[in-house]
Amino acid sequence: MKGDHHMILRVIAKCLLPLILIYAFYVQFHGEVGPGGAFQAGVVLAVALILYALVFGLAATMRAVPPWFTRSLAAVGVMIYAGVGFWALLSGGEFLEYQALFGEEPGGHHGQHAGIIIIELGVLCAVSGAMTTIFYALAGRVAEIRDEDW
Amino acid sequence: MTEVMIGGTGTALINILFLVILFVVAIAIARLRSLFAIVMLSGVYSLVSAAWYILVDAVDVGFTEAAVGAGMSTAVLLGAMLLTARTAQPEKPFSRIGPFIVCLVTGLMLIYATIDLPPLGDANSPANAGVGLTYLRINWYDMGVPNVVTSVLASYRGFDTLGETAVVFTAGLAVAMLLGFGERSLAQTLKKAPKPDARPAPARKEGDAP
Repeated sequence: MKGDHHMILRVIAKCLLPLILIYAFYVQFHGEVGPGGAFQAGVVLAVALILYALVFGLAATMRAVPPWFTRSLAAVGVMIYAGVGFWALLSGGEFLEYQALFGEEPGGHHGQHAGIIIIELGVLCAVSGAMTTIFYALAGRVAEIRDEDW
Repeated sequence: MTEVMIGGTGTALINILFLVILFVVAIAIARLRSLFAIVMLSGVYSLVSAAWYILVDAVDVGFTEAAVGAGMSTAVLLGAMLLTARTAQPEKPFSRIGPFIVCLVTGLMLIYATIDLPPLGDANSPANAGVGLTYLRINWYDMGVPNVVTSVLASYRGFDTLGETAVVFTAGLAVAMLLGFGERSLAQTLKKAPKPDARPAPARKEGDAP
């Protein structure tokens, strides 16, 4: 590693990345009780990947998380969200009426909780997938970034 | 100016400090020519405004500003900067007068409009007395979810959020359709470094720059 003047950056990024990922999932799963939600969690997840790409290079990132995966993830996220709507339709309710998911009376909360958690999962997939796709599209135009470019 | 004074002298001082920092950063962005510095300063601007949103109790807005404004859009702007030049063209000295007048007039109109705003946290303001109060009252019986923001976003207004998710997806799709999916650089780099096991980033840094 002689001449690698980004060593401090690399070591610190390695320590930070797991924390950022855990924080993204913390925000995701505490959306019901705290500030933030799936939109923010999705962006934080995408930013963790972008940090990896900036420090370790785009090729390594694309090998870990390929572009076909991120763009499919975005589409699957929207499908999950819309799927909950159709699930409610098939259960006899209106579109996205979570109360009807398990056929509960008003005042029962299982349908609401399940609906919110599933659609937040869909939003997480859609946002992180779309953001990563945008980053890949922009960063992927340049073959490699040399230090003198800055 | 009543909003600034809510919460005692200390909060007012911090408010003024944040606003002064925002002002200075905005002036610096307008005067700089190096795009890298401008992108970094716009990230600083987002971070400071996120801190300020938290100070005025808009926690969700502040969080979103920190994640999207300071994190995501800085990275996207850096990526966009790679595709173009590193410095902006210098302008003619009188070409700034028109935009300056537009900014001045818009700012004065906005300041004039704030005179009619209700004070921060006013219980009788329309935002707190009307539909917002109803959500606060019926939320626990309807949802059993303590965070009203989440239940409004995900359940009461679930259809809107589906639309927003579709907008984010469409934005990603549109950028990818315009610029390609980014696999071109992967193909080129793989051609250059045939061993997938080798650590790619240091190898590229040391060696064969074209």
